[in-house]
Amino acid sequence: MKKFIISVLVIAGFSIYAVFNRINVSQVYSLSDNTSATVPPTQIPTPTKKPVPTVTSIPATPSPTTVPRGQYVDGEYTGDSVDVYYGNIQVKAFISGGKLTNVQFLDYPQDRSHSVQISKKAMPILTSEAIKNQSAKVNAVSGATETSKGFVQSLGSALAKAK
Amino acid sequence: MKESRMLMGMPITVEIVGQGDAVKDAVNKAFEYFQYVDDKFSVFKPNSEITKINQGKIKENERSDDIKLIFALSEQTKKETNGYFDIVSRGGRLNPSGIVKGWAIWEVAKLIKGLGFENFFVDAGGDIQVFGKNSEGEFWRIGIKNPFDQKNIVKAVRLENEGIATSGTYIRGQHIYDPFDKNKVISDIVGLSVIGPNVYEADRFATAAFAMGKSGLAFIASRGNLEGYMIDKDGIATMTEGFNKYVIK
Repeated sequence: MKKFIISVLVIAGFSIYAVFNRINVSQVYSLSDNTSATVPPTQIPTPTKKPVPTVTSIPATPSPTTVPRGQYVDGEYTGDSVDVYYGNIQVKAFISGGKLTNVQFLDYPQDRSHSVQISKKAMPILTSEAIKNQSAKVNAVSGATETSKGFVQSLGSALAKAK
Repeated sequence: MKESRMLMGMPITVEIVGQGDAVKDAVNKAFEYFQYVDDKFSVFKPNSEITKINQGKIKENERSDDIKLIFALSEQTKKETNGYFDIVSRGGRLNPSGIVKGWAIWEVAKLIKGLGFENFFVDAGGDIQVFGKNSEGEFWRIGIKNPFDQKNIVKAVRLENEGIATSGTYIRGQHIYDPFDKNKVISDIVGLSVIGPNVYEADRFATAAFAMGKSGLAFIASRGNLEGYMIDKDGIATMTEGFNKYVIK
């Protein structure tokens, strides 16, 4: 019976702790709502070993006054968390003027032993832009291989079969 | 002196600043080395060592030193890229082309340097090693080809003693496959250019990172001594933090 009472107390303690934490988390988000335009995540992050919260999605927030000119609607979009074999990667895309203007990493492999080698640096800072032809004078050009015997051979054999 | 020849199924260009017999001799030696590499590693030549290995005609203890070296480098690269770089083709045959090209360019560059030349570049099918300065006394200027408009470049970078390699799908057709699903073609990225301490490092990691799709650029950034410029199918380029220092504005 003693054990049962202790168990009940422990469970109750955890429940109160959990509820308290939820309230705290909600308060934090509502506080940040007053100071910034960030949209709160729809889910309270579930506690995991990782310090990075596993936010799965943030609804798109296109500004009603912006007329999209590019192929995307303006706003900030959080991508799915993707397993890339050496950890998870999750990014947030920033669309402005209908175009991708920046990509921010929310999650990046850091805590797996076999990913140590490729995570020496902190989260990478990547920037994006639309490509544009340049008129600069150059000595040589880097590009994918211009001809390939393999491609030619494969195509040749396919065409031979097609006869 | 600048000379181009078709070898290994691609245009190869060697430019050494200067004139004279010594320069001519160095250029010839460079092309002879590429010819040697092609004769040994080409999977399209019936008598190459790699073809004979694939046919089971050469036993493991009969392999040449360069074959052993390339297999060891391939194995190391496979580990360093968590399996994304793999010389075992979809048909189960060994095809080390993905590592041989960058390795051969780097070997040729070391050969030319060993002959006493300081200012030159070696370009094999768009993967380039530069040393020193060009004939105008400036650092070498390398363009990154527009994958959608191959007569134009989308970036120009200034390199000193680095290598640059580009992996892409736009010319050879969809030729790079996800090694974890060999029927899946990488399609969201059309080009990934990597600048590294030498063309061997740039080439092997460009190939592996390209196979990772969109997360490949983060992998490049994580290597510490590499910078990358990735172009996706919608014409959006994403670059690593340090790439900008090479860009000619």
